[in-house]
Amino acid sequence: MSATTPQTDTGATPKQGSGITVEDLRVALPGRGGVDVVDDLDLVLHPGEVVGLVGESGSGKTTVGTALLGYTRAGAVIDHGKILYQDRDLLGLPWQEVRQLRGEEIAYVPQDPAAALNPAIRIGNQLVELLELRGIGTAESRLQGARDGLAEVGLPNNDEFLRRYAHQLSGGQVQRVALAMAFLPKPKALVLDEPTTGLDVTTQGMVLKTMGELCRSHGVAALYITHDLAVVANIADRVAVMYAGQVVELGEKETVFRHPSHPYTRALLDSIPHLSQARALSGIPGRTPAPGSRPGGCRFHDRCRHAVDRCAQTVPELVTVTPGHSARCLLVGEIGDWDISKGVVPDSDPKKARDPILAIEDLDVFYGRSKVVHGVTLDVAKAEVVALVGESGSGKTTISRCVGGLHKEWTGRIRFEGEDLPKGSRARTATDRKRIQYIFQNPYLSLNPRLTIEQIVKRPMELFGIASGKEATDRVVELLDQVALGPAVLGYQASRLSGGERQRVAIARALAAEPDLLVCDEITSALDVSVQGSIVSLLEDLRKSRGISMLFVTHNLALVRSIAARVQILNAGRVVEAGSVVEVMESPREDYTKRLLANSPRVD
Amino acid sequence: MSTIDEFPTPELAVARRGAPAWTRQKRLVSGLVLTLIIVALAIFGPLLAPHGENEVVGPPYSKTGVLGTDYLGQDVFSRVLYGGLDVLVIALLGTLLGVVLGTIIGVVAAYAGGWWDEVIMRLNDVLLAFPQILLALVVLTAVASPKAWMIIVLVGLSHAPRVARVARGVALGIVSRDFVYAAEALGERRSRVILREVLPNMSAPLLAETGLRLTYSIGLVGGLAFLGFSTNPDGANWGQMINENRLGLASQPWSVLGPVLMIGLFCIGTNLLADGIAQLAHRTED
Repeated sequence: MSATTPQTDTGATPKQGSGITVEDLRVALPGRGGVDVVDDLDLVLHPGEVVGLVGESGSGKTTVGTALLGYTRAGAVIDHGKILYQDRDLLGLPWQEVRQLRGEEIAYVPQDPAAALNPAIRIGNQLVELLELRGIGTAESRLQGARDGLAEVGLPNNDEFLRRYAHQLSGGQVQRVALAMAFLPKPKALVLDEPTTGLDVTTQGMVLKTMGELCRSHGVAALYITHDLAVVANIADRVAVMYAGQVVELGEKETVFRHPSHPYTRALLDSIPHLSQARALSGIPGRTPAPGSRPGGCRFHDRCRHAVDRCAQTVPELVTVTPGHSARCLLVGEIGDWDISKGVVPDSDPKKARDPILAIEDLDVFYGRSKVVHGVTLDVAKAEVVALVGESGSGKTTISRCVGGLHKEWTGRIRFEGEDLPKGSRARTATDRKRIQYIFQNPYLSLNPRLTIEQIVKRPMELFGIASGKEATDRVVELLDQVALGPAVLGYQASRLSGGERQRVAIARALAAEPDLLVCDEITSALDVSVQGSIVSLLEDLRKSRGISMLFVTHNLALVRSIAARVQILNAGRVVEAGSVVEVMESPREDYTKRLLANSPRVD
Repeated sequence: MSTIDEFPTPELAVARRGAPAWTRQKRLVSGLVLTLIIVALAIFGPLLAPHGENEVVGPPYSKTGVLGTDYLGQDVFSRVLYGGLDVLVIALLGTLLGVVLGTIIGVVAAYAGGWWDEVIMRLNDVLLAFPQILLALVVLTAVASPKAWMIIVLVGLSHAPRVARVARGVALGIVSRDFVYAAEALGERRSRVILREVLPNMSAPLLAETGLRLTYSIGLVGGLAFLGFSTNPDGANWGQMINENRLGLASQPWSVLGPVLMIGLFCIGTNLLADGIAQLAHRTED
């Protein structure tokens, strides 16, 4: 699915409409002293063009998306600015007209499609209702319109399908129904807010392809909001990178990815893994500032490694680097060119001698009567990272939970250093529990909100008799330092930390037990890419310095290339392909692996 | 899956530094004030009362004094001030007993899960089927003169299955969270998992439930007294006063309305309080 750029033929002669122009937009929070969420935003969306709006959590990207519909979330107001649609300012129109425009001319596809479809109305009726509300066509023509819409997004359009409810569809189907709904009134502009987040790569691939084709064939100006640079690299014609409420870099996709001029864009690109090569990922120090605590001068200066004194004083303007490419940096042209190959590291050697620490043999796992994992056999060597990769429902998390002693309904053998492990964690010896540590996917759920960070990290030490009292506190400080957190967080509760910081605490808790095997269940999937980068580099350091082995569960194949030595590809509870990362990813043998690789969005 | 929290922590930090968030919750504050006033009246009432508890100040059902006199010619206002403490103390202790028992049942059922959960909760459902006051009446009719502790235990027992339902519901949402699994994987003792990981996260809904149960307790204790089951047949007692004076409702309504009003206001107060706590908990969760 390599994205071709029909920019040249659509840019000059708009087929329909004239796109949307955003001028000097500022969205503020009046309740909090009028601090800005989004500031100084200029953006042009041409018909038939997909603009990717990339940013991390808290950058204001969703606010921009809804502002295009003349809407802000409760508590925020559009301070000033213009949203020009067919030479009319959307913000100056009476609300009845704005309401008419929404959905009909400018459509919105939300992040969570399941929440956008009414669970009590059949799919067919929901589509027909859209046209009915606007009084378009007759009853038959509306039904035909609904069928055509579903066909356009590659869904069945027979009566059986039209009679289904949203819960009877898969995630990808629901998202495509949402797309069909957005396209049905033939809008001129489309705002897509992370519509593929949470979908499997193959489904994501299909949805993205459908979306790109529809936008280009209907001449729709689309704004695609995402945190995933790889997705943008696949579908966007132009890219706008947002940081702390401002666009920091804007340009053609090729230009931005090959010659990024803003240090933030460069840092982001440094933190994302590639499918084609192993990379030493790096994060961005600090955290994205929230509205109200954004620094003066350049908003990125406190996290920027090129920053000089004047960056803290002077507010940079968006300056043109080359025609059609601009960046908001005082040092444009002074910080040299950027080289993607700098981060490349050699793939791990597939011929290295292996000394297994964990061996899973013929594992069958059940949930009640249904069998979800079928005869899985794999092993993990000392100081080695083995990745378990698969789509949702492939059983990858289930296997990891069996290893961690959190799921007891299984047969087969799991051996740790030659000894059979009992099923539940309570049946295992304290030594086993200490040596195998589990890290959870969602750091927002894995830390008790009522305990302080010190109590959380200290507990494994007390429990396993490693240290107690003052000595334990010292070790907690040491561990927090290892995961790049200062001693200030000791007395905090988890709610005061960001997602990345929470995940670091979870890692510190695991390390507190001095484990030999870490079971990591999608531990970066809830985090921003720059945070993912720093967590991955932290794990890599730990592996090298302490010789910790890891079973790394993920759905992200690109990440596997950078972190793991061996990979197990899972599908429907079975291992379909296994081997060293280089071999599997360079020359996959199975169709399923090939399909996964082909559908994974790639930056390179 | 990514943007879990659009603008993370600083907002929370700001809220924490200013005046405590709960003071801005009107419902909570008014409920608290109302409850405290009634409690203060019940405790310090005997000191403020113009007459004694059993002092006859005039003919029955006359207009003498602030709220007139009752069926024996005793001062209604004084008896209202005297008659709250017993009711409130018994109701409060009964409620606490019920909440503690119910929470233990509910949390253990939720945490144990599976068969244990089924068995405990089905037995609980059997108890739920009895009207609250019936259980108390069955026992109280069998004893000659009820002691305060009996009423407390009976009120507590009749609350327990109801609290257990709520506690189980709340605990179910917590025992499946990853931090509980994390404690399991470390091999923490079960009692410690319940006490340290599960219970502290249930405090807000349990407080709200306690407030609500307190309201029911007052009604229950008042109701029992109305039916003649009180610790001191001669003493002033809101529930008993309603019964004693109901014949005079037409000629001297204040003899009945006085205690009714106190019970009513207290119920409104605790109810608002419970509601406010629930709202506050909901808001901080967002």
